[in-house]
Amino acid sequence: MTMEERRLMKGNEAIAEAAIRGGCRFYAGYPITPQNEIPEYMSWRLPQVGGRFIQAESEIAAINMVYGAAGAGARAMTSSSSPGISLKQEGISYICGAELPCVIINMVRSGPGLGGIQPAQSDYFQTVKGGGHGDYRMLVYSPCSVQECVDLLYDAYDKAEKYRLPVMILGDGMLGQIMEAVTLPVMKDPSTFPKKPWATDGTGVGQGRRIINSLYIVPDELEAMNKKLQKIYDDMCANEVMCESYLTDDAEIVITAYGTVARIAKSAVDMLREKGIRAGLLRPITLYPFPKAEFQKVIGNDSVKELVATELSMGQYVEDVRLVAGGKKPVKFYGRSGGNVMSPDDIAAFVEKEVQL
Amino acid sequence: MTTVFEKTSFLTDAPFHYCPGCTHGIAHRIVAESLEEIGAEGRCVGVAPVGCAVFAYNYFNCDMQEAAHGRAPAVATGIKLVNPDNIVFAYQGDGDLASIGMAEIVHAATRGVNITVIFINNAIYGMTGGQMAPTTLLGQKSTTCPSGRSAQVNGYPVRMCEMLATLDGPSYIARCSLADVKNVRQAKRAVLKAFQNQKEGKGFSFVELLSTCPTNWHMSPVQALEYVKNEMTAQYPLGVFKEI
Repeated sequence: MTMEERRLMKGNEAIAEAAIRGGCRFYAGYPITPQNEIPEYMSWRLPQVGGRFIQAESEIAAINMVYGAAGAGARAMTSSSSPGISLKQEGISYICGAELPCVIINMVRSGPGLGGIQPAQSDYFQTVKGGGHGDYRMLVYSPCSVQECVDLLYDAYDKAEKYRLPVMILGDGMLGQIMEAVTLPVMKDPSTFPKKPWATDGTGVGQGRRIINSLYIVPDELEAMNKKLQKIYDDMCANEVMCESYLTDDAEIVITAYGTVARIAKSAVDMLREKGIRAGLLRPITLYPFPKAEFQKVIGNDSVKELVATELSMGQYVEDVRLVAGGKKPVKFYGRSGGNVMSPDDIAAFVEKEVQL
Repeated sequence: MTTVFEKTSFLTDAPFHYCPGCTHGIAHRIVAESLEEIGAEGRCVGVAPVGCAVFAYNYFNCDMQEAAHGRAPAVATGIKLVNPDNIVFAYQGDGDLASIGMAEIVHAATRGVNITVIFINNAIYGMTGGQMAPTTLLGQKSTTCPSGRSAQVNGYPVRMCEMLATLDGPSYIARCSLADVKNVRQAKRAVLKAFQNQKEGKGFSFVELLSTCPTNWHMSPVQALEYVKNEMTAQYPLGVFKEI
């Protein structure tokens, strides 16, 4: 059995290993920078544990292979980066409609179009507001370190199977390429995983046949299905929110960011504190469900004068921050784009210049 | 009383939704009979397409997955890799397989993945109301080539068997017709052979069945069968294109 161990690993490789330790036994993918270490790692590592790796002919084929494998009961995964994730949207919608659990990694690069290969957070709308067609949601995690990637992926299949939906990890090129020391947990024993009576394992005959499908031709049946999905999403929202709050108790300025940018913002908070400015940080770990209650609590603090949302896009995440702020506190926006990444100094300077204290 | 014939156990009792004169029903039956004959019951997963055969998941008496348009070979690949001992098949029409799903079928074939694909070629998009298919014949009318398919405007019809037979991956590629009893019996032998190949682990197998669409061809069922026999078979010659 693969035991717990400490290793220095690249983010992409740690993600692959953590997924396997969490039960992943099927991977289909297509090369795209900056996530190529994931398929490369999977290609040699999955066969060692009795899993299957396949390099698909396209992103579209890869997500549909995951549809087939997840439908057949495997813990299946695909990964890509922004343009490739766009291609997968059709399949993601079908996976959600057919209620199949799986894990999808997006190591975001800058867009639109072919864009660039440098880190970005410009897929926020696509990830949390849909992306594909139809009323569906995914459980979306936004880790800020390699260790957090490992921790979230390790249990990602348990969550995906609990709600029967995809779990998406929204990372970026920085997170995929950075090397950090990580503690890898012990390999989970597949014999302990919950049974899947709905899976097309081939044994179904007559009344026991299993049908993986998202077609509901009768309007009332499709509406009932959408209501059922909504109930599942509501349940997920009630139970799965994760958010880090840093020095917000007495904060006058609350900086908010997710993923790697939140790490940069945390350093900015420390720099501002050293200058006597009472700054704090709110970091959603789940982007969907959005940590509304945690935000409302902090926004309701009398000490809080203003929020600053900072992200690697022209202003996507900030919309949800403004929505939850509901006009109660002003929200300023500081974004970089095109693969440019702000430094802690940049954020601190923005706060000192733009925020009236 | 001796039973001399009965419906195959590999079809459910759900009534087919297909139009009068459509040969999907015949194709379903020979696929189901073949699956029964190779002993696939209890270890079989089928993949239904988008198009007229979308409800195939109601008819085959086995586990089924419904795929997005054109993606059935990719879905079947995922299913097969998870449980390699299962018999896995995809059932696709011409718009699904030869147009939007061209990449998926070619790569499943060249990969030699051990699945069986049944390709229903009736030279038209049936479910959506009779638009031009990649296999629509030159001169054949459809709602998107109302004065007949022109090579200059619409390009040429695609011959899938001939194209796939150039690849090293497939173990068996055949084209049959469902236009009359003799040809249906030949088609049955080809489909059975394709599934036997899979059972024996020989790799990707593919049977194209020239089929009718009386509704969108605006023909009687008998006229439609004649059209397959005379016009379609001239464009799409019958035969075995690859066998190992």
